[in-house]
Amino acid sequence: MSEATLHEQRTAASVRLERVLIALAILALVAAPFFVYPIFLMKMLCFALFACAFNLLLGYTGLLSFGHATFYGAAAYFCAYAVKAWGWPPEAGILLGTAGAAVLGLVMGFLAIRRQGIYFSMITLALAQMFYFFCVQAPFTEGEDGIQGVPRGTLFGIVDLNVTLNMYFFVLAVFLLGVFAVWRIVNSPFGMILRSIRENENRAISLGYSVGRYKLAAFVMSAALAGLAGATKAIVFQFATLTDVTWQMSGEVILMTLLGGIGTMVGPVVGAGLVVGLENTLATSGFPVTIATGLIFMICVLVFRRGIVGEIYARFLAPAGGEGGRAQ
Amino acid sequence: MTMIFGIPVQALLGQMLVGLINGSFYAMLSLGLAVIFGLLRIINFAHGALYMFGAFIGYLLLVHLGIGYWPALILVPLVVGVFGMAVERLALSRLYRLDPLYGLLFTFGLALVIEGVFRFYYGVSGNPYAVPPRLAGGTNLGFMFLPNYRGWVVVASLIVCIGTWLLIEKTRLGSYLRAATENPELVQAFGVNVPLLLTLTYGLGAALAGLAGILAAPVYQVSPLMGSDLIIVVFAVVVVGGMGSILGAIVTGYMLGLAEGLTKVFYPEASNLVVFVIMAIVLLLRPAGLFGRDA
Repeated sequence: MSEATLHEQRTAASVRLERVLIALAILALVAAPFFVYPIFLMKMLCFALFACAFNLLLGYTGLLSFGHATFYGAAAYFCAYAVKAWGWPPEAGILLGTAGAAVLGLVMGFLAIRRQGIYFSMITLALAQMFYFFCVQAPFTEGEDGIQGVPRGTLFGIVDLNVTLNMYFFVLAVFLLGVFAVWRIVNSPFGMILRSIRENENRAISLGYSVGRYKLAAFVMSAALAGLAGATKAIVFQFATLTDVTWQMSGEVILMTLLGGIGTMVGPVVGAGLVVGLENTLATSGFPVTIATGLIFMICVLVFRRGIVGEIYARFLAPAGGEGGRAQ
Repeated sequence: MTMIFGIPVQALLGQMLVGLINGSFYAMLSLGLAVIFGLLRIINFAHGALYMFGAFIGYLLLVHLGIGYWPALILVPLVVGVFGMAVERLALSRLYRLDPLYGLLFTFGLALVIEGVFRFYYGVSGNPYAVPPRLAGGTNLGFMFLPNYRGWVVVASLIVCIGTWLLIEKTRLGSYLRAATENPELVQAFGVNVPLLLTLTYGLGAALAGLAGILAAPVYQVSPLMGSDLIIVVFAVVVVGGMGSILGAIVTGYMLGLAEGLTKVFYPEASNLVVFVIMAIVLLLRPAGLFGRDA
């Protein structure tokens, strides 16, 4: 994924501009529920966090997982079950979902990193399908119906999440926390090693890094954050169903990341917003979502590989000399 | 009634036959994937969609034009093959220099579009495709009852697999293909038209998927979802077999189909999972796959 490297060498001016833009974006998100339907915004934020978590793996480690729905959906199931059947408070349910997703990530990652490149993607896809079949049959997921009517409860025993605005600001806090975690990981020495693996795995090995362990760590972190998004979603929508563990869901998060810009911090958020918005629009128009999704995939891959944010970085924010230089 | 491990022999053989049928399709599809991957370095996610496409063309030929099974057996692979070549020319040929992941993503999008189009027009319910009259009925083999069409599927898939293997290993065209897999620049320098070879290869792979589709039409119902359910299992088959060897892909396909059939007899709940479990075990013990040189 060497196309992502361009924007990473940026000037001080562009960094300052970026900070201003991020501050503005956060302000907009705080103000948004007073203007836009909050449920829609919460859906967007959950998917945006999911896409950011996915991008940690694809954009910064160069691993294309085709099975991330497993973590998103499993965390939703765990959280929904704990909250509904055991009467756990929402924050505990979300933590359980996140931890469960991390454990699943450890298992899937351990198997998948044994092969590289394209095989890695196929293995994650196959294991995710296996988990899907498991969910179809396991009694606790309640099969086709899914876990319905999950109570939102009160956060820390104080904040009533049945109030839509409370719920919204909680989701926003989770989202910002998750994205901050991704940003922190990416910009740490650990993140630099991940990037070196993405750029040249053999060189990273020859420099003495045990690449396998770093990949596995990145996989588990990505899975846990995807789980955080999925568990939060289960609280917001009060259900967990099979839809969240299908391969279509894995495809959707890939699309969000690809459309927004692989290997950019903001890209997956933009991509998630666009895809969720598009699906909402199409749902009422009668035009099949699958076809639209597939077409966007094909167009992105053929002419638009940097994604929207990646293109903007490359056009306007890249230092002189790096401009227009296609990385391929 | 004879019993083996407390299971009636008839049930055991019946499920093994079902497994062998599934295995035939796994083998034909993973063979096509391996052929395409060998030369193009692209994992063809659209393979399942092309298989479904093939089955649907057969069904539409029958319903709208009254063209029966036997002509369809020739026409369908042609149509799907030409469609594949067009896709390769127009799109895939622009992706060869990129990370192979982009090929996977593009064909994933293509699969969604093909599937979406058929879902839009024909819904998700299956359409029955009658067994051709000449193969209707069954034969009593003494120890079990064999529906003729199912026997034909196993034989036909074996012919297709062995034929493709011979084409690649024993003919001049096949030797170009294998050489181009090793070193495309050098082969081009010898005056072989490698871009054409790439187009033909993708066309061949697509035609194989289409042929598998029309063979499958009378066995399973013709439905827009038949491909996506299958392709993921075939991916697991490919991971187990390793894509380095054509023969490996074929043998693994049949083996895993049989394993699935046997699981249905002894522990039906796990029959969906068994291929994936075998994949996990193979990854633990022999990460490169049973027949694989690691790519």
